[in-house]
Amino acid sequence: MTDVWDILANPAFWVAVLRIATPLLLGTLGVLLCERSGVLNLGIEGIMVAGAFTGWLAVYQGLPLWGGVAVAALTGAVLGLLHAFLTVALALSQHVSGLGITLLATSLSYYGYRVSFPKVNTPPTITPFAEMLWLPIPILGQQTPLTLLALLLVPLIGYGLYRTPAGLALRMVGENPQAAEGQGVSVAVTRTSAIVAGSALMGVAGSFLTLSAFNAFFFNMVNGRGWICVALVVFASWRPGKALLGALLFAFFDALQLRLQQSGAAVLPYQLYLMLPYLLSILALVAVARNAAYPQALMKPYRKGER
Amino acid sequence: MRLEKRTTTSRLAMVLAPAGAVAFTLAISSLLVLWAGAPVSRTYALLLQGGFGSVFALSETFTRAIPLIFTGLAAAVAFRARLFNIGAEGQLYAGALAAVAVGGLHGGTGWEISPWVLMPLMLLAAALAGALLLLGPALLKARLGVDEVVTTLLMNFIVLLGVSWLLDGAMKDPTALGWPQSVALQDALQLDKLVAQTRVHTGLLLALACALGLWVLLKFTVLGFDIRAVGANAKAAEFAGVGVTRTTVLVALLSGGLAGLAGAIEVAGRTAYVTLDMSPGYGYTGIVIAMLAATHPLGVVLASVFVAGVLVGADTMSRALGVPTYIADVIVATSLIAVLVATLLTQYRVRWAK
Repeated sequence: MTDVWDILANPAFWVAVLRIATPLLLGTLGVLLCERSGVLNLGIEGIMVAGAFTGWLAVYQGLPLWGGVAVAALTGAVLGLLHAFLTVALALSQHVSGLGITLLATSLSYYGYRVSFPKVNTPPTITPFAEMLWLPIPILGQQTPLTLLALLLVPLIGYGLYRTPAGLALRMVGENPQAAEGQGVSVAVTRTSAIVAGSALMGVAGSFLTLSAFNAFFFNMVNGRGWICVALVVFASWRPGKALLGALLFAFFDALQLRLQQSGAAVLPYQLYLMLPYLLSILALVAVARNAAYPQALMKPYRKGER
Repeated sequence: MRLEKRTTTSRLAMVLAPAGAVAFTLAISSLLVLWAGAPVSRTYALLLQGGFGSVFALSETFTRAIPLIFTGLAAAVAFRARLFNIGAEGQLYAGALAAVAVGGLHGGTGWEISPWVLMPLMLLAAALAGALLLLGPALLKARLGVDEVVTTLLMNFIVLLGVSWLLDGAMKDPTALGWPQSVALQDALQLDKLVAQTRVHTGLLLALACALGLWVLLKFTVLGFDIRAVGANAKAAEFAGVGVTRTTVLVALLSGGLAGLAGAIEVAGRTAYVTLDMSPGYGYTGIVIAMLAATHPLGVVLASVFVAGVLVGADTMSRALGVPTYIADVIVATSLIAVLVATLLTQYRVRWAK
């Protein structure tokens, strides 16, 4: 147990927690926006890969770092628009469309990487975001601006969802699209905007991996983080504040298992520690299952004039 | 724009829809081939030739299609009952491990039983392993309403880590050097080749039998009717006296079992032992195949051969022209989306006016 206390007493551990939480938080907020409007977006895994790739490629080609983030957001938005076209305009199965987009976005990114760099053994690198050492706050000061952006988005999205007419419209089409349409809210336009915005956030979540956490693009670098976000949003009961809590909690255990492995205090094989985050996600889903306040219209396609 | 249900679907639309989907897919992938700086027509020619153009190409395509038929059927039967089993990848590995556990050499059970007994035992164990893996998510869905998509997806990562752990320890082949691999399957349990000097094996016959069996089950039996009823409208099915939980559980056992068989047949027919890279995502590709086939069991066979041909052909083409093999995945993903849209357009018409 002393080992665990040593780990927790080290500020570097908490720096790692916040760093691991950042892409999860951005992705979870993205899923939250989509699902609050009533649309599941399983494209997240692929959109994160595409955001990681295009954001990194843009910076590699000479764009500034924030330009790369913008490119990643744009990539996410375009893929989101495709998902919206398939699930909102055409009312196709949200599961299948999302999985299709994950496959498409992932394979396009890998294809693009191989075409751009046919014969490299070590991945080319960029200079990633620097830590905000000018910030006089202990743990936050050792993060990059993208983490700050993610944290600021939490109250911003909370305010937008609960305090603005657009947020009300978004929640309405996710709960009762017929009633919303009756109030003059266009379900198609609202859902499409929500999916595009949410997918842009997923793209940014991916770009954090290549522009901040690492400095290069690798195959399999997203490695299921997108799916974890889909689980986290259920755990967070579709609330931005709880999404932050969930992402931090998750990152805490992920960082802890990493440290336990490194410190040699690990008594179990490393694979069992790596399983923890996934097991935890499933447990979280089961724990909140009874009280989960799913948006009432989630996964229900809406066709105007059809019941 | 809005969609209006068609009362009838014209013959023309039924022909035009798939043709349009293929044309769209070819157009998108042509752009990508041009980006890679390769000649488009030659790329497609080599791809077709590499996938279907010779006895060897066909044998490789059918070899690749075997696990895809199993995982495709696994996804198809589950989707029929609206059970979204995305965990076939993990179930495949569980089946492969179970097969080696029953029929492995030293370190396996080492049972000295006639292969005629051991073979069915091995297949049963593999199917059971896959089925049990899906039972948890299915029960969680039926009892607590936990979304099975996320749980089955996350299970894939857990199972793969578990396989990695077992290959490091309990099931490691002590004599193998290099990458971790499990102990090998007994020679007597390895499947015969269908055609001499190729890799295509008798697992293909079992795969076809499963497809035929599933088709019969869905079309002609009470369980098949229940599955279709639960898929069409679970509430109405419950009201009509169909046990929804019971049907969901049975479908989970069937779907997980088929995915588990995919793993056992791969081990018995091709690899002889379990490695961490024995499946390049067959479980996920199976979902695409089920959708391409509109969840029809016999369609799954055709879709598997198509997808396998593209994958095998892309390998050959890539070696010759340097176009990355990922083009195959792009083609498969694009065709999935195109087919979904095309199918919808045969059922609905688009009205642009208010």
